[in-house]
Amino acid sequence: MAGLELLSDQGYRVDGRRAGELRKIQARMGVFAQADGSAYIEQGNTKALAVVYGPHEIRGSRSRALPDRALVNCQYSSATFSTAERKRRPHGDRKSCELGLQLRQTFEAAILTQLHPRSQIDIYVQVLQADGGTYAACVNAATLAVLDAGIPMRDFVCACSAGFVDGTALTDLSHVEEASGSPQLALALLPASGQIALLEMDARLHEDHLEQVLEAAAQAARGVHTLLDRVVRQHVREASILLGD
Amino acid sequence: MAMEMRLPVARKLPSESLGRDTKKHLVVPGDTITTDTGFMRGHGTYMGEEKLIASVAGCVERVNKLICVKALKTRYNGEVGDIVVGRITERRRSAEDELAMRGFLQEGDLISAEVQAVFSDGAVSLHTRSLKYGKLGQGVLVQVSPSLVKRQKTHFHDLPCGASVILGNNGFIWIYPTPEYKEEDAGGFIADLEPVSLADREVISRLRNCVVALATQRMMLYDTSILYCYEASLPHQIKDILKPEITEEIVLETRQRLLEQEG
Repeated sequence: MAGLELLSDQGYRVDGRRAGELRKIQARMGVFAQADGSAYIEQGNTKALAVVYGPHEIRGSRSRALPDRALVNCQYSSATFSTAERKRRPHGDRKSCELGLQLRQTFEAAILTQLHPRSQIDIYVQVLQADGGTYAACVNAATLAVLDAGIPMRDFVCACSAGFVDGTALTDLSHVEEASGSPQLALALLPASGQIALLEMDARLHEDHLEQVLEAAAQAARGVHTLLDRVVRQHVREASILLGD
Repeated sequence: MAMEMRLPVARKLPSESLGRDTKKHLVVPGDTITTDTGFMRGHGTYMGEEKLIASVAGCVERVNKLICVKALKTRYNGEVGDIVVGRITERRRSAEDELAMRGFLQEGDLISAEVQAVFSDGAVSLHTRSLKYGKLGQGVLVQVSPSLVKRQKTHFHDLPCGASVILGNNGFIWIYPTPEYKEEDAGGFIADLEPVSLADREVISRLRNCVVALATQRMMLYDTSILYCYEASLPHQIKDILKPEITEEIVLETRQRLLEQEG
């Protein structure tokens, strides 16, 4: 869009944030009683819901069962009302399948699947409002949901998107910034060890800038971790008070 | 027919005074529990770089040299000696199985059983080799989270209010009318189809709502807590027990009574 300045001279972005600033994040665990684990997250205007079932017996063909670990099955769906234009196909289209596959790769790296051989863990994410950073919001919501279900994980998985505009790395991109065509990447991190669960980029970025953008994304992901950590501790504290002994 | 609707209200956080004074060690995945290598690691932990790290969100429990993290909500993990209540979904189709068991237990039957053995992949093998286990007849099933069922010496209780309850370790709670006489020779395979009286049905309904109320407030389920909750709910109508305000009131009263009893 000509004339739309993504980063002003004073260093402010379109929504008034600084280059490395995250949007306001609010999250809740245990939103559904029926599912084994569930969570809801809002990152700015992006709203995502995640639901986890499992570990349970493999549905469908028994031959798909892995003898030494659990199968992780992820499905990504975005509501028809989530974008400015009404979407025709909420799931089954190419982008949803690809995101589902990326989520699966991310969580296979984090969940301790060896503890549940011959079982299946289902993770369903639904985006209710998409304002940029949908992959990141889905990963963050799914992490909370997996924790809510009591499925053992190596560490939190915290994700954030990052872009590169006018020589500066921007983090937690909104839809306007994503649609501008500047290079952007999505990073999913395991904060305690600093290991990367998934790094995805399908734009062109000069390799000299990669380190800067990656570092900014990692920093932002650690910021997300601080917040999610607080949410989980609060939830555990409340629940343990209720349980009593 | 009158319908009840309510607007969402902000949740009230549970007051700190409800809990005991002991400071519990709460952890989330990725937290280091200890760097001391002398400990054995139990459920909910894993070893990484010379440190014991938590893998679930919950509180740390230490029994001598064993450290484990008890998650708030988990799927049921079988242990030998547990009582489970469940429905038969599928069975082996071998010849001797046909001859022996088809007459007694069919697919779709609700049974109570004991865990005999646990396999390495988590599957459990059950047995009903005692007269107190077997097919369950008329009653009400309530499904709660397995982490809410307290481990006790016995899980079969005859409550003084006029009904009996089986607290399955897998979170399935069976509430049924107390049988008038114990049939010693028939065991658990003859279903009693005698009509149940209205008074008994009311007791069972009230118990069922009390169990659901305790589960929504995340209180441990055992015979005393269910009984106290039943007594606390008597002033209210059975259908009102599930209204949020009344649930909170009843469970608070139950909690206070249990604290008094122990203190």
